Amino acid sequence: MRRALPREHFEKPLWHTPFHPRIAALMTHEQWYGWGGYLSPQVIRDEEMEYFAIRNAASLFDVSPMVKYRIAGPDAEAYCDRLTVRDVSKLKPGRVHYTAWCDDEGKVLDDGTLFRFSPTEFRLCCQERHLPWLLDSAIGYDVEIAEVTEDIAALSLQGPTSYAVLRDAGFAGIETLKPFDIRAFETAAGPVTVSRTGFTGDLGYELFVPPDQALALWDLLWTAGQLHRIVAIGFAALDLARLEAGFIMAGSDFVPAEHAIRADRRRSPYEIGLGWLVALDKPRHFNGKRALAAEKAKNAFRHCLVALDIDGNVPAEHALVYHRGKREVGHITAAAWSPTVKRNIALASMTRPYGDTVVNDLWVEIYALRELVYSKSLVRARIVERPFFNPKRRSATPPGVF
Amino acid sequence: MPTPSFDAIVVGGGHNGLAAAALLGKAGRRVLLLEAADAVGGAARTVDLAPGFRVPEIAHLANRLHPEVVRRLDLKRHGLAFAATNLATTSLSVDGRPLTLAGAFGERLEGDIAEAERVAWAALRGKLLRFSGVLAPFLSQVPPRLKNGGIADMMTLGKLGLGIRRLGRDDMREFLRMVLMNIADVLDEEITDDRLRAAVAFDAVLGTSLGPRSPNSLMTLFYRLAGQANGVQAATALPRGGMGAVVAALASAATASGVVIRTGAGVASILVEDDRATGVVLASGEEIRAPLVASAMNPATTLLSLVGARHLDTGLVRRLTHVRSKGTVAKLNLALDGPPPFTGLGAEGLTGRLVTAPSLQAIETAFDAAKYGRYSDEPALEITVPSATDPALAPAGQHVVSINAIYAPFRLKPDSEAGREAFEARILAVLERHAPGIGSRIVAKDFLTPADIERRHRIPGGHWHHGELSIDQMFMLRPVLGLAQYATPLAGLYLCGAGSHPGGGVSGAPALNAVSRILADGKGSSLFAAGGKSRR
Amino acid sequence: MTPPPSSAGKTWDAIVVGAGHNGLVNACYLARAGLDVLVVERNDWVGGAATSRSLYPGFLYSNCSYVCSLLRPEIMRDLELPKHGLQVVPYEGGVILKQDGGYLGTFRDHDAHRREIGRHSLRDAEAYDRYSAEVIRQCRFIRPFLLRTPPDPTSLKPRDVQELLYLGRKFYDLTETEMADTVRFWTMSIAEFLDEFFETDVVKAGFCISGIIGTALGPLSPGTAYVLLHHYMGDVDGAIGAWGFARGGMGAISESLASSFRASGGTVRTGASVDKVLVENGRATGVVLDGGEEIRGRLVVSNLDVKRTFLKLLEEPQLPADFVKKVKNFKIRGSSGKVNIALDGLPDFPALPPSAPFLRGDMHFTDSVERMEGAYDDWKAGRWSADPFLDMMIPTTIDPTMAPPGKHFMSCFVQYCPPKVEGHDWTDAERDGFAKTVVDQIAEYSPNFKDLILHMEVRTPREIERETGLTEGNIFQGELTFDQLLFNRPVPGYAQYRAPIGGLYMCGSATHPGGGVMGAPGRNAAAEVLRDLKKPAKDMSDAYPVL
Repeated sequence: MRRALPREHFEKPLWHTPFHPRIAALMTHEQWYGWGGYLSPQVIRDEEMEYFAIRNAASLFDVSPMVKYRIAGPDAEAYCDRLTVRDVSKLKPGRVHYTAWCDDEGKVLDDGTLFRFSPTEFRLCCQERHLPWLLDSAIGYDVEIAEVTEDIAALSLQGPTSYAVLRDAGFAGIETLKPFDIRAFETAAGPVTVSRTGFTGDLGYELFVPPDQALALWDLLWTAGQLHRIVAIGFAALDLARLEAGFIMAGSDFVPAEHAIRADRRRSPYEIGLGWLVALDKPRHFNGKRALAAEKAKNAFRHCLVALDIDGNVPAEHALVYHRGKREVGHITAAAWSPTVKRNIALASMTRPYGDTVVNDLWVEIYALRELVYSKSLVRARIVERPFFNPKRRSATPPGVF
Repeated sequence: MPTPSFDAIVVGGGHNGLAAAALLGKAGRRVLLLEAADAVGGAARTVDLAPGFRVPEIAHLANRLHPEVVRRLDLKRHGLAFAATNLATTSLSVDGRPLTLAGAFGERLEGDIAEAERVAWAALRGKLLRFSGVLAPFLSQVPPRLKNGGIADMMTLGKLGLGIRRLGRDDMREFLRMVLMNIADVLDEEITDDRLRAAVAFDAVLGTSLGPRSPNSLMTLFYRLAGQANGVQAATALPRGGMGAVVAALASAATASGVVIRTGAGVASILVEDDRATGVVLASGEEIRAPLVASAMNPATTLLSLVGARHLDTGLVRRLTHVRSKGTVAKLNLALDGPPPFTGLGAEGLTGRLVTAPSLQAIETAFDAAKYGRYSDEPALEITVPSATDPALAPAGQHVVSINAIYAPFRLKPDSEAGREAFEARILAVLERHAPGIGSRIVAKDFLTPADIERRHRIPGGHWHHGELSIDQMFMLRPVLGLAQYATPLAGLYLCGAGSHPGGGVSGAPALNAVSRILADGKGSSLFAAGGKSRR
Repeated sequence: MTPPPSSAGKTWDAIVVGAGHNGLVNACYLARAGLDVLVVERNDWVGGAATSRSLYPGFLYSNCSYVCSLLRPEIMRDLELPKHGLQVVPYEGGVILKQDGGYLGTFRDHDAHRREIGRHSLRDAEAYDRYSAEVIRQCRFIRPFLLRTPPDPTSLKPRDVQELLYLGRKFYDLTETEMADTVRFWTMSIAEFLDEFFETDVVKAGFCISGIIGTALGPLSPGTAYVLLHHYMGDVDGAIGAWGFARGGMGAISESLASSFRASGGTVRTGASVDKVLVENGRATGVVLDGGEEIRGRLVVSNLDVKRTFLKLLEEPQLPADFVKKVKNFKIRGSSGKVNIALDGLPDFPALPPSAPFLRGDMHFTDSVERMEGAYDDWKAGRWSADPFLDMMIPTTIDPTMAPPGKHFMSCFVQYCPPKVEGHDWTDAERDGFAKTVVDQIAEYSPNFKDLILHMEVRTPREIERETGLTEGNIFQGELTFDQLLFNRPVPGYAQYRAPIGGLYMCGSATHPGGGVMGAPGRNAAAEVLRDLKKPAKDMSDAYPVL
């Protein structure tokens, strides 16, 4: 992270990303929000059209504000393995994996993606800031950790035609890039690092360049994308797509443990549906391992995260979940009517055994604001599998041209 | 030659390591004790200062050797005897009016002092002894977990509550009021005599990073007063043969219970396999395996250096790196070609403990310098003349003098050899003022700042207690939250040194408690099933 | 001066001695419960140390207390203070000016604040959230106790046992780490506590400020971490730890209280200095004013500090000897002074960007923990700090009512300032010497500052005590160390607002939960008075639940 110059950070606390000129030019309604200290589009022109670009064509979202740390050195693998819950020795150079990291008590500090560029160089991308934790975790390791959020401009290109956009933009060999692969490409906009990752559950890519190449990259994609109906999108559309994909988000579906003021808000990976990440059997010790092993052995999880299919079509945002319509057993963390699967979907944090062994007779109390009046309804909810939407095109290699 | 196999390895041959090894040996374990130096004893050693002169290298008084350690290890049978018990403390004054606190913690005041002052002191002394008495039983307790600890832990906490209640209503109120006070305020309320105030304040702050006016400095006095020597609470004693005699008795007890002692065997790392400690690797590269490792070394050293942060969670590493452990006491040992000429003090006075601090405020001023990394211009001294009690420690007619000087910052700002020498000169200047001519009698000397103590004894910060004795680093929080019960996150690895509850001083109490925890953990495990019955 | 009410010979239900904010809060609740209450005040104005005084034409001075955060929202609402004129406006920023020409600002905007810290240390910038979370967790734990009478831990009375159990249960609700943090907060020094989070000196100095204000301790003294919590316990409209200005100066708080009190039928008599509390048959039955006038009351509540109440208004033989000794030993230490200045215009601070909101908040010039501690060392030696710590505000940058347009009122709270100079009483020359250190310090950073000074009021503990009656000028009516907090405040066994004399109560900051313009002691004392009278407390809210 660059040190702020006097003034610029308080006269304009929300900084502009390297792509800002292009997004600002497209923006019609000035619907911005603050993401990690950056001005980020909530909606650029039309939320619904932006959403359908993700599912129907190609969408371009500026993910530069995502917090990024460079982790490099002889002990980088050992360090990442100790830091995060997954087995990093299985992450080969040129690959990315989704992961999470915990405190001593096994409570989740954040989730994110870990990129491995070489045997000794990694990048951790996440929502929250963790520099002190990352540095303290590095005691005893030969590894360097740097905050590089500002050194890297990033775009997320997602949607069925995203492959075609890249192919036409001159990303030679992009068809062989498998899900969670990373590769560097020489392009007209200079060298670009591409990973086949995303937050939409659809076919998609994330592209990384130094800030001074950012506009060239945008223009390259934008030009090539015209035939493939590329649309610049804001966070609102992405948020809906990620819910359909069943992805969780720090600050929305769980509270990062170090910043949780109320102790009962903290969650272990098992309690937010991330138990599958936890490699208790990996050879190295990792943060929270002892607590997580004990929790698992005793089956002592207090919460669980479930996907709900709710009756009716009124989104259940911020609603409480009841058992038999009476006992409060959980709350909705994210909810929407899914335009793609045509279901009223939600993620909910439940208090066990509800949502785990007691799965029937669940009800959601929805308050819907209709012409200034809240209309209250108690509707049935069923626990269903995540993701709500999982198209084959997401993982096909080579990807099809849609 | 087949390596003999051991049930347990104790790392570090200071008094706590020796006590732990001996206690484990007594419980039937086959124990190997490893010490990096050429001799056991750590900071409780008696060493040669010059031919014929022997001095306590660091610790020079016995005031808290735990009676349970003495009893269980039968240290008297192993040669522990006292050359003097119930040592008096004399608060020296340059104008030749020393005040002597005779008996345990000034049971009697000797010197010219107002009657009202004697009465006030007797009342205050009684109160302080009663209050520290409430805490004394906890010196030999495994600290409870703050939460989810189980019934035994609730009982321990209940006992503390009951102990306070048993004081009676007025004392209980006083206890709850005073517990976090500073010693200066306590003395301001009751005592006016500068010599007495200085002597008591000195006892409260010696070995800590507190000045008399720092809140919580009464607690460190309680810690001191909770100890005992030869069965008398708050008393101070000198073992026959110097402090090294305690070490010798512990070593003898250890050997008698089958402990194998290896000196010159520094441990480079602790072996960890499958989340448990399985042995140690020596500096030589030699690997020694045992299912149990007890470390009497500093907790942070043990876990961060010998085990390594890779086996620990980051939160714990963070806490360990933040343990405050910066020593404040320098040690000056002198060999003299004659008796030290202290003004106004007879030969009898030399057998006691001497304190030079003109006033409580002078100690506070001395402390102020240390806050900024400067040594005190007017250091306060605790002086003993071990050879006055035990003539065998020096050639006939000659003497050794052992001095603790406060305050000596761990790191001088700026850090320089010249600064170190200048501080030594300041100490000698104070000494000269109280004992004119003493300088010309010095035939040999050894000066140790906290940094020197760290170097010689692998004690981080050169801190007597292996970690400041502040409330946030005491009892259930010593050395840090999560390690206070002597066990570590690694199965089979325990802490048993002064960095653990109750803290430093030549007490053996951390070892006593650690061993009780080890044995409790061993119950029911196949590893120790055999050991239990072969109690010797 | 209010003329004596034409009720000579009447017996009031309650007489409150001292019209400080706590006395007025107490009187308000008693009056609302239907008591006929008289407040007697020595000065010609109400407010004690929460006053706005016109000491220079056209200017209002918050000449003692100067900012507001701790005044409990329950009290503001119960007593309808907004209706009686109280408005609290949060301030906008703050800054520490560094000796090397740099600065560290504070901003309300989270990102701006993070980046500001990041200019000094990226690590510290990212440590800030964890630190805040830890402080807020502890504040949430303590807050419910502010409006509760502390239990006597030695007592077996059902009420005390019940209250102790409540306390114990609250503690047991914490996680083990939070419990340890509680112990750490109550016993550590603020500097050591901050060392665990931050690496940069100026950042630590910034957070140390709340750990030392009002106390006779330095940032390295154990116990100061609690003092920090004490300053963070308040809020402005729910923003925990936020501070604001009372519109019209701190006197607006007292004026609104007095107005609320009068509206409930209470009577305030100013210019009436109480000489003695009348005691008959072991009960307080009224007060005697200077000059001998007797006013009778069924009970007396003293807003004065304990030394003044028991050592001046009463005779030693009237009290238990042990109690008197404890009161004498109660530590009320003058450690701060105040310099109030009328300015002809806004001073320039060339080091600061003019677009920053720094002047609309608290300004400081002590950029390291060591300098702060050094200032304390001077105090310990009985001198005022050669390089003092200043908590400086220019309330007129936000509040337009306190000075003529374009002109400004500046309030400088100064630490450390001893109650006596090397053992002797302050002389006027010494007072001026003290003021010079303050003016010089500001002028070092503001070249035009000295030329703007129109008028200056300099207050050492001597002047503060003279005007407000606060012994040694201690702003909290007693140190905030554990031996004087909770059930120990002011004296063990007498922490439930009752004096050892029947019918006599204490309601000042010397009682739980302590100082700051909080109002809680006054309210809690009223609850105890009404409990003794077996009268229901009207309009008295319990502490709002902490969600």
